[in-house]
Amino acid sequence: MSLRTEAPGPSPVGGANVRAGDRIFSAVASGAGLLILVVLAGVAAFQIAKAWPAITASSDAIPGGEGLIRYIWPLLFGTLLAAAIAVIVAVPIAIAVALFISHVAPPRMAAGMSYVIDLLAAIPSIIYGLWGIVVLGPASIGAQTWLETHMSWLPFFSGPATSTGRTMLIVGLVLALMILPIVTAVSRSVFTQTPRRLQEGALALGATRWEMIRMTVLPFGKSAVISASMLGLGRALGETMAVAIILSVSGGVTFNLISSANPSTIAANIALDFPESSGVDINTLIASGLVLFAVTLIINMAARAIINREVRI
Amino acid sequence: MSIGDERRDEPVTQPKEAIPRAAPPAVDVPVPTVVRQRPPAARPSVATGSLPPRAPWLVLAGVAVAVALVLLLIGFNAALFVIATAVVTGIVIYAWSRAVEGRRKATDRGMTVLITCAFGIAVIPLASLLWTVVSKGVARFDPAFFTETQRGVIGAGGGAAHAIVGTLVIAGAATIISIPIGIMAAIYLQEYGGKGRLARTLTFFVDVMTGIPSIVAGLFAYALFAIFLGPGIRLGIMGSVALSVLMIPIVVRSTEEMLRIVPNSLREASYALGVPKWRTIVKVVLPTALAGIVTGVMLAVARIVGETAPLLITTGVVSSMNWNPLDGRMQNLAVFAFNEYKTPGVPPEPSFDRAWTAALVLILIVMVLNVGARLLYRRFGTELR
Amino acid sequence: MTTSPGAVVQAAAKTVEVTDLNLYYGAFHAVRDVDMRIEPNRVTALIGSSGCGKSTFLRSLNRMHELIPGARVEGSVVLEGEDIYAPNVDPTAVRRQIGMVFQAPNPFPTMSIYDNVAAGLKLNARRMKKADLDVIVERSLRGAHLWDEVKDRLDKAGMGLSGGQQQRLCIARATAVEPEVLLMDEPASALDPIATLAIEELVQELKNRYTIVIVTHNMQQAARASDMTAFFNLEASGKPGHLVEYDTTEKIFSNPEQKATEDYVSGRFG
Repeated sequence: MSLRTEAPGPSPVGGANVRAGDRIFSAVASGAGLLILVVLAGVAAFQIAKAWPAITASSDAIPGGEGLIRYIWPLLFGTLLAAAIAVIVAVPIAIAVALFISHVAPPRMAAGMSYVIDLLAAIPSIIYGLWGIVVLGPASIGAQTWLETHMSWLPFFSGPATSTGRTMLIVGLVLALMILPIVTAVSRSVFTQTPRRLQEGALALGATRWEMIRMTVLPFGKSAVISASMLGLGRALGETMAVAIILSVSGGVTFNLISSANPSTIAANIALDFPESSGVDINTLIASGLVLFAVTLIINMAARAIINREVRI
Repeated sequence: MSIGDERRDEPVTQPKEAIPRAAPPAVDVPVPTVVRQRPPAARPSVATGSLPPRAPWLVLAGVAVAVALVLLLIGFNAALFVIATAVVTGIVIYAWSRAVEGRRKATDRGMTVLITCAFGIAVIPLASLLWTVVSKGVARFDPAFFTETQRGVIGAGGGAAHAIVGTLVIAGAATIISIPIGIMAAIYLQEYGGKGRLARTLTFFVDVMTGIPSIVAGLFAYALFAIFLGPGIRLGIMGSVALSVLMIPIVVRSTEEMLRIVPNSLREASYALGVPKWRTIVKVVLPTALAGIVTGVMLAVARIVGETAPLLITTGVVSSMNWNPLDGRMQNLAVFAFNEYKTPGVPPEPSFDRAWTAALVLILIVMVLNVGARLLYRRFGTELR
Repeated sequence: MTTSPGAVVQAAAKTVEVTDLNLYYGAFHAVRDVDMRIEPNRVTALIGSSGCGKSTFLRSLNRMHELIPGARVEGSVVLEGEDIYAPNVDPTAVRRQIGMVFQAPNPFPTMSIYDNVAAGLKLNARRMKKADLDVIVERSLRGAHLWDEVKDRLDKAGMGLSGGQQQRLCIARATAVEPEVLLMDEPASALDPIATLAIEELVQELKNRYTIVIVTHNMQQAARASDMTAFFNLEASGKPGHLVEYDTTEKIFSNPEQKATEDYVSGRFG
């Protein structure tokens, strides 16, 4: 049998057919990859196209009558505020829970626990929203009132305290609960990968368990934890339904966390207003979506860059 | 003649008898000097005591009782009980350990308590959430819920059959869109891409895509269809497109991971038999990674099946049954729950009940998909272990 | 080389003539200037210390070397008159004539024993009648001394066998496509001594039908099991490996020409 591809007679298996098969298959595969990039470009392009009328419209055509920037700014503020609360609350707890699973809990419990945390991540956001408004909000009224009474010198708690519990503080806490699983899962996975020789080295010096964790596990996982936190931040920024259900919206920019007069978030605002909107209102909402997209894009790219830089080191 | 000489004459193989003990050293052997003991104070200072075993548990029990008694006097509050017990237990353990075991060990114990409390903080809301959903959701967990729609229903009665169907259809269409694209892209990245520019760009942006807010994905789908079909359009398939934007990165990532796990030696064995690359991928690599890929797809479906936001703006709200994603509005369970809660009928209670039951069904679907996916991987993914 | 499956095949084992072969990984020169003629129906052993390029050289004989990104081949490898590196030659066709058995047994995990043996035929989508396939599978398994042990569980998974059995399965799989040359990269190094002996005996039988080239780091194995031996060596670390001496096994192990060869086979280094 000749090795030449142009074999005489009926072509044996292989040869030209094989080359064609390989070419077609790899073309389809790279086509799929290309399609994804096109989709992403499309997301950006279509958004800009549909947002353009709002960007170029006159100020009084925008809802609120004061122009696009004054419309979007309180929403952006609310988005950032809620996400900030979520990250500040969630990250320390997530690190602690991850350490608990990786180093404190008995090994057999640990597997079950990470399972539970993963299940937490799977719960749809609307359910967090319902729970927040029905359970957590009302249960927190007492605590929020207490905060107003005793700590109103802080701008965060300057009151008047809510009577329904539907405040930015509660929204932030619910968001924290929602991003907890993903930050925990990533942190836990990197903590368990801390090389044994590092940990044993610390213990051999006579370090207690906590000291070993502080000396080896935490520094080893530092960049992964930062990156996980940023992913959690990205999730919190984009979270819609929990905010849409829980938050009582009536106000503009304020740092007051415990009152019922709150700015909405970009995502929640879109979700609530879109079904009833038309014309320039829709374009305005899409423009605000563009802002949100840009913010989350930047955060995600930064998270990726951090993790890539650390890996190279 | 000393005792030693006698023993030298004994044959080695003599059965064991009481061998005379060695004589005490002769007087002229120098007596070893006594090693001077360092006084205890010169040793590294660490308290030598230690808490009794199970000490933390004892402290916990004692503090819990004490706090409970105090609260019973001034007004019992469950949350306050838990918080006070945790805080006081931590303080007591730290102080006690510090006195007996020293500062470092005390810190260690204290951090353990802190970390355990953090775990509790994470678990308690989850438990509360699940309890709430289950207890409120069983009210309408009846056959009518699964078979009737909301068509014509204002107050009590009705069901979510249309929402359940909508959930299945929309998620199903999204899966059909995402699987081929996602898997082929993963094959490209893992088997063909290498370090090329397309591969690196694609990897980077797939990562970025995992962070797209769901509402933005919805806006994209809306914009895409509105450009061709006008601004008021609401279609089931729009929701599917939005959801596949969310699904594709998950499918790509997990498939890529599964393909990576397939040992290179299998690919080599296939090449060595003279099998071309694409057949190797299709007939050797993919079947080996199949269990993991299916798991990844199931997890991706679990992620999107509960999505509300993108569907609010693409598929709309409707109260009657619709099987056709290409024809008009559709509703899924999540949007149904949201709608029933936000705009309840008159009286509002039946709407709230329906909302909770929809939430319960949603959680059940998600749990089944999640648990099923992991069981499947454990059962069928064992070939590579 | 398609033969009717019923006939007992006495495949004409072929000569492999290597000329001026140089192998690169990117800019790194791994193996230089190999000239050798591999005899048909003989077992040729490639020996040398680790890192000297013998596995790299082996893989260049069935065009597996170039699968590594950046790898490059210069020179020619001629299989009975045809240069396998000629421009219009299809590598996969080459690999159907020059088969390979690897160091660690690698049966396909999702396939049964039967399917593993038939894989080389089935994966190429040859339409064969089941009866014909059965004949080939049985013949290959008999040829690998595995038939009696697995004939009752052909449809069970290939992973359920012992290490030695798995390796014989891989040998059966490689011979099922009727190659002319069989390359073996340390086939027994992952096996216990008894399985190793079984493989060595098998190799002695296989040489009647194939040309066999076997890489081994076990000198005693080379002395026991081969007819010709090629000794590869590194001059210094960072330099390419090269062929020091190539001769009958007897000569290499009793009276080699090169001092380096003598030092190696008497255990003074490596």
